Amino acid sequence: MAKLIRDQHIVDDDWQLLRLAEGVSAEQQPLPSTPTLLPLSLWQLHKTKLQTCGQPLGIWLDSHEAVETIADALPILSVVALNFPKFTDGRAYSSARLLRERYHYQGEIRAIGDVLIDQLFYLKRCGINAFSLRPDQDLTLALQRFATIREQYQGAVDQPLPLFRRRPSKERA
Amino acid sequence: MYQYDEYDQQIIDDRVSQYRDQMARHLAGNLSADDLRPLRLQNGLYIQRHGPMHRIAIPYGALAAYQLRKLAEISLRYDRGYGHFTTRQNIQFNWPKFEDTPDILGELATVQMHAVQTSGNCVRNITSDHFAGVAPDELTDPRPYCELLRQWSTFHPEFAFLPRKFKIAVNAAREDRAVIRAHDVGLEVLRNAAGEWGVMVLVGGGLGRTPVLGKVLREFLPRRDLLSYLDAVLRVYNRYGRRDNLYKARIKILVNALGIEEFARQVEAEWAGLKDGPLSLTNEEFDRVAAHFAPPEYATLSAVDADYEAQLVHDKAFAQWAKRCVHGHKIPGYASLTLSLKKAGVPPGDITAEQMRSVADLADAYSFGEVRISHEQNVILADVKQSELFAVWQAARRQGLATANIGLLTDMICCPGGDLCSLANARSITIAEAVNERFDNLDYVHDIGDISLNISGCMNSCGHHHVANIGILGVDKNGEEWYQITLGGQQGKAATIGQVIGPSFSAHEVPDVISTLINTYVEQRQPEERFIDTLHRLGVALFKEKVYAGRSRTRPSTPAATPAASDEQTTPA
Repeated sequence: MAKLIRDQHIVDDDWQLLRLAEGVSAEQQPLPSTPTLLPLSLWQLHKTKLQTCGQPLGIWLDSHEAVETIADALPILSVVALNFPKFTDGRAYSSARLLRERYHYQGEIRAIGDVLIDQLFYLKRCGINAFSLRPDQDLTLALQRFATIREQYQGAVDQPLPLFRRRPSKERA
Repeated sequence: MYQYDEYDQQIIDDRVSQYRDQMARHLAGNLSADDLRPLRLQNGLYIQRHGPMHRIAIPYGALAAYQLRKLAEISLRYDRGYGHFTTRQNIQFNWPKFEDTPDILGELATVQMHAVQTSGNCVRNITSDHFAGVAPDELTDPRPYCELLRQWSTFHPEFAFLPRKFKIAVNAAREDRAVIRAHDVGLEVLRNAAGEWGVMVLVGGGLGRTPVLGKVLREFLPRRDLLSYLDAVLRVYNRYGRRDNLYKARIKILVNALGIEEFARQVEAEWAGLKDGPLSLTNEEFDRVAAHFAPPEYATLSAVDADYEAQLVHDKAFAQWAKRCVHGHKIPGYASLTLSLKKAGVPPGDITAEQMRSVADLADAYSFGEVRISHEQNVILADVKQSELFAVWQAARRQGLATANIGLLTDMICCPGGDLCSLANARSITIAEAVNERFDNLDYVHDIGDISLNISGCMNSCGHHHVANIGILGVDKNGEEWYQITLGGQQGKAATIGQVIGPSFSAHEVPDVISTLINTYVEQRQPEERFIDTLHRLGVALFKEKVYAGRSRTRPSTPAATPAASDEQTTPA
């Protein structure tokens, strides 16, 4: 079973990732019976059925797919995975923050695709808590890279208060 | 100037450790060149034509004397004893060893310096007025805004991988010396009718291959909302800016595609969810940062120093220098001055280690231990007593830093061009040299008066040629260097993009072309008219006609050959 980092622990990946094969449309793709991260198109096609199936549900969004499209489904989603086609495609950082801060999504947000250990720090700050790293990445090393920069100026998901609201004031210092 | 506390210092120290680890993994074969590339770029390290180039941040151009001495030391220890100031007020070292760069960053961290985000598709060094805090026409000091933005943008987790680089400039004076309309976001500090401080937000300006001036996104944004609003702007850009084509990835392309109204609507919609959150700036924080920029302990002096007046009368060379290089100051009896890095025979913006040390000494002796770098690639001493200008001038002269040409023809902004940069289509330093050789009579250059001439070696426009009265752009035609001329560009409040006058010229023709343009101006000018005024009055057509008279130019000007635009874009960035 593939490994992933979830909440800063290396664990077995209990989800399958379904990417539609080249030339296969959502209509042609049978729904899997095991816990699977579904592409947006498949979710949209089977939404009514899936919403009432009672199984844990997961969707993955590509970097150009907007979180707004799954907003109504968030309460029943166990996992939202955000795909990085290239690690330099930064759109999913915004997607993650929107999921957490605008929609208050509490489930797992997982980074998938070209996910490298040197981006974990930023990814975590944006509210991503599970990481399915590129296969060549060293997971043990990865665990040490979440806090390479120990203090942050900005507020984000992991620490909503910017540094200026946490710096001891002169009187207290 | 801003002094780090233990938080700021830890952030920069941690960054050095992070980079050291990344470079070590790379050298051990555990981090590929492709995976390292964006990481090293965000630490200022480029791979250029001859090898690595390291760009060090000088936040909003402010530098302490001890920091300048550290730069001198680094240039001697790790480079070839000189550096190059850029149009983002940064400094570049052209000859470091790849494997030495973590040590360079380590050295910099000991004097509160770094190379954070001096490259890469992220928020770059915030630039501002080099006369911040001392300019007589200033509404307020822009530096606290700049420092707040520096902190907000440093390792912003959401915006480290934008579609393209993002440049912000801040102005708070009546004249705009920071070219804010040529930035992705330009901020104009102002006060509303109720006396509340805030900014006007301009968006979508930029030079490069599609020069555009920024448009007003918001007439007035209260100061407290600055950071949350910029988060909204950046988020809209991060999500919807184009990523399929490097040349169409800047925010200006998105703004133009959506139209400013629709872009503004999207920003406002995004901001609705961020406004009044924890990012709202507190007065306490603003005051904490602003206190770092409190005026130094000025002496009480008379507005005019009699000795200085006498020196101006008795020494023609000093008077000539003062006329161009000494600037007004808000405090009576003080002046700011520019040390020109535009001496003939030296690439514009270059400074030797010896000069750095000498400037640091001058700053300590005469200007409260601080200097500024201008985006025109010169060095400023901002707080000099009038009575001491003569002494500074004499010392600067000995170091070759007293060329009396600020704002004149030979005060050229110039990128490193084909001599160093791997993107350049043509050399630019050689053109600067040729202009200097042609106009080697300083009295004549003074007679020509206020003018700007900027040179870029390719369409990426690092040399700001679009906003120069005379712009020179290097283009490649079948492997040969050619130069396209633009006329009528301007920076400042009247920022204008220059017009291409026609087919381009070979390198050896350029000095004659410039001479013709200048001669036309000199023949036609009316009293008190600057080059740009005469150009406006008579129109570009006349100048164009003179320039092309007697030259066969049947083929149309070919567009610049596609430069290898990439994150490795060199200078002044």
